[in-house]
Amino acid sequence: MSRLQVVSGKGGTGKTTVSAALALALATEGKRTLLVEVEGRQGIAQLFETEALPYEERKIAVAPGGGEVYALAIDPELALLDYLQMFYKLGSAGRALKKLGAIDFATTIAPGLRDVLLTGKACEAVRRKDRHGRFAYDYVVMDAPPTGRITRFLNVNDEVAGLAKVGPIHNQAQAVMRVLKSPETSVHLVTLLEEMPVQETADGIAELRGARLPVGRIIVNMVRPEVLDADELALVRSTPRTALARSLSGAGLGGARRGGHAERLVDPLLEQAEEYAARYELEQEQRAVLGELGLPLHELPLLAEGMDLAGLYELATELRKQGIA
Amino acid sequence: MSPDGTQAQNRPQAGPRSKARAHAQEGARPLSPARVLDIDPLLKDPETRIVVCCGSGGVGKTTTAAALGLRAAEMGRKVVVLTIDPARRLAQSMGIDSLDNTPRRVKGIDDSAGGELHAMMLDMKRTFDEIVEVHVDPDRAAAILGNPFYQSLSAGFAGTQEYMAMEKLGQLRARDEWDLIVVDTPPSRSALDFLDAPKRLGSFLDGRLIRLLTAPAKLGGRAGMKFLNVGMSMMTGTLGKLLGGQLLKDVQTFVAAMDTTFGGFRTRADATYKLLQAPGTAFLVVAAPERDALREAAYFVERLAAESMPLAGLVLNRVHGSGADRLSAERALAAAENLEDPRIVDQDGGKAGVRNSPDTYGSSDSPDSDPPADATSAAPAGTASVDTPDAPETPDTPERSVDQLAAGLLRLHADRMHLLSREQRTRDRFTARHPEVAVTEVAALPGDVHDLAGLRDIGDRLATDRPELPDARV
Repeated sequence: MSRLQVVSGKGGTGKTTVSAALALALATEGKRTLLVEVEGRQGIAQLFETEALPYEERKIAVAPGGGEVYALAIDPELALLDYLQMFYKLGSAGRALKKLGAIDFATTIAPGLRDVLLTGKACEAVRRKDRHGRFAYDYVVMDAPPTGRITRFLNVNDEVAGLAKVGPIHNQAQAVMRVLKSPETSVHLVTLLEEMPVQETADGIAELRGARLPVGRIIVNMVRPEVLDADELALVRSTPRTALARSLSGAGLGGARRGGHAERLVDPLLEQAEEYAARYELEQEQRAVLGELGLPLHELPLLAEGMDLAGLYELATELRKQGIA
Repeated sequence: MSPDGTQAQNRPQAGPRSKARAHAQEGARPLSPARVLDIDPLLKDPETRIVVCCGSGGVGKTTTAAALGLRAAEMGRKVVVLTIDPARRLAQSMGIDSLDNTPRRVKGIDDSAGGELHAMMLDMKRTFDEIVEVHVDPDRAAAILGNPFYQSLSAGFAGTQEYMAMEKLGQLRARDEWDLIVVDTPPSRSALDFLDAPKRLGSFLDGRLIRLLTAPAKLGGRAGMKFLNVGMSMMTGTLGKLLGGQLLKDVQTFVAAMDTTFGGFRTRADATYKLLQAPGTAFLVVAAPERDALREAAYFVERLAAESMPLAGLVLNRVHGSGADRLSAERALAAAENLEDPRIVDQDGGKAGVRNSPDTYGSSDSPDSDPPADATSAAPAGTASVDTPDAPETPDTPERSVDQLAAGLLRLHADRMHLLSREQRTRDRFTARHPEVAVTEVAALPGDVHDLAGLRDIGDRLATDRPELPDARV
């Protein structure tokens, strides 16, 4: 299994949730994982119900069976200062640069540089070893930018190549690319069973493949339970309303009188069934589209109670059950 | 809200039956905000010249913008919709799937009121290029457009899309060809970007740092600039080491070439900013009744207020309703269990109409139960009911399968009711924080919208708040 697991997906599909669940799942039974956030939204802190994460690796959860999940919110400015410190021993000069706005310039304006710093930090964590020569983390999970930007984000080499043709940033970009394009890395895409996210997933995969980045799995999130299948939906349409009304009244709803409350229930219930049927059909179509992309496909259930810490563990268990972690 | 409040207070001393009723009504309480956002007067008002739809990604911003544009056009206004990243099929249906960065007339709308709908999809690089082309002579324009730093900036800087969207808005407004401009905002990584990026890019391009960076190139080693040059050489030295000297040289040539247009960037950013604050502008925050989307919406509302941007209200997309909202999820589930477990329901041999039911009301007021003929009319002749209490695992008879279906319908209903109450809680949380914000709700559609009819439907839903649902008393 790849040691760097990158999770992307269209906005609103729950990629932060899936990343966190994946980090938990991979940490199960004594492993140690690092969950990395790169977009400065503090989504991980919210999910784990802790205060905002600093730019520092910090333990945020214990996995089932004794594993540990660490989290890190990478701040590109601080990462650059770190980096300067490491290579140039800048000290106070680094702070002066910051004051002049040079750091802001370097990280927000030169787009590739920012990304190199973010991915570079994650790659460093992947390769880091402790005193005994063991990896510091068994896995690093990155909550990455959305599908629309993921290829550009990961393909830092191309981005930076046009700008920095030599120098340490250039070298850094090369080193990062070696990790990102190797089997050490796996890029997963989170989607919903809706047209736009599925379309974006298909486009994203094509782009990633075009850049020769290793695409991993498709994870369909928030899948609603199947209450009625296609056959049953067909049956619903062919069943007389009176029979349904009788059935409802037999179950104690609204009385058995003809034209009574049970009968008035039938129409709204059938209307809801039609809405369900329309969505069901749409979801089946989208499932088929995803199926043709030729990647392992996984589904995570919609949690009826909404997303919370308990739900996160539930999803982690589900991921393990499906053999993702 | 108040009648429900009284109901809820009465609950403790009420009997089980009225308790169930109160509960059902609580679930049914329409999500009534403090104020209802009335879309039509806003769209009709000739004073309204710009409508900006903002909100987090995936809440239906683009669709909302397109639906608003269509509705205003069919009311007789001349409208242009500026979209950022529409779904392919939606773009095709509006005829704007080609990226040429100019508004196209949308065909197939009802123009009986004299309105027109135009639509365009933003091409941010093209927009940036156009600014350059307009402001410098062709030779220098060519030099800028070919500069690697410019190419990276125009295609990749995190705020470029936001800046260009606002730039395009300014251009469209300046042309004064339209009564109303509806703008969709880019799917920013955070709510902040859309308001901040124009200023950030503007001040960067016009900024001190970039002038400092380029100063040595322009001034050479002039004596008066020496103190500056000390700092400069340190900085360019470090940045040069870091990025490689080529980048700095590119920046310097870029800046030198762009010099004449620089003042313009900040001025333009400021002008656009003022345009957004002007009385003819209305912001609509778009959200879905989900925790994250509404949290972002609340943040947006606060931010817009802080920037004195005129907020018209909140559009809450994908709100669910139910025609049977008096039937609570709990009772629906209980009934579904009755139907699914024949050992409970079919104790007495399982004939419709005489089943024992644990429920206290309903079956009692049924002196004239349906004639048994109806039961067999649902079934093919000859398939007599043969299921016995000890063989519940064979739900093959028509009657059993009808029960199964009814149970399925009830389970669907229970899911719907749970969803309703979840959405309501999320919504109430927002209203509690921002009672001043007018809200319009858009009832959820089962599928995606990709034609004008669908947009029209959304427009109707936007305007009517929530449609009246048939009352299904149980």
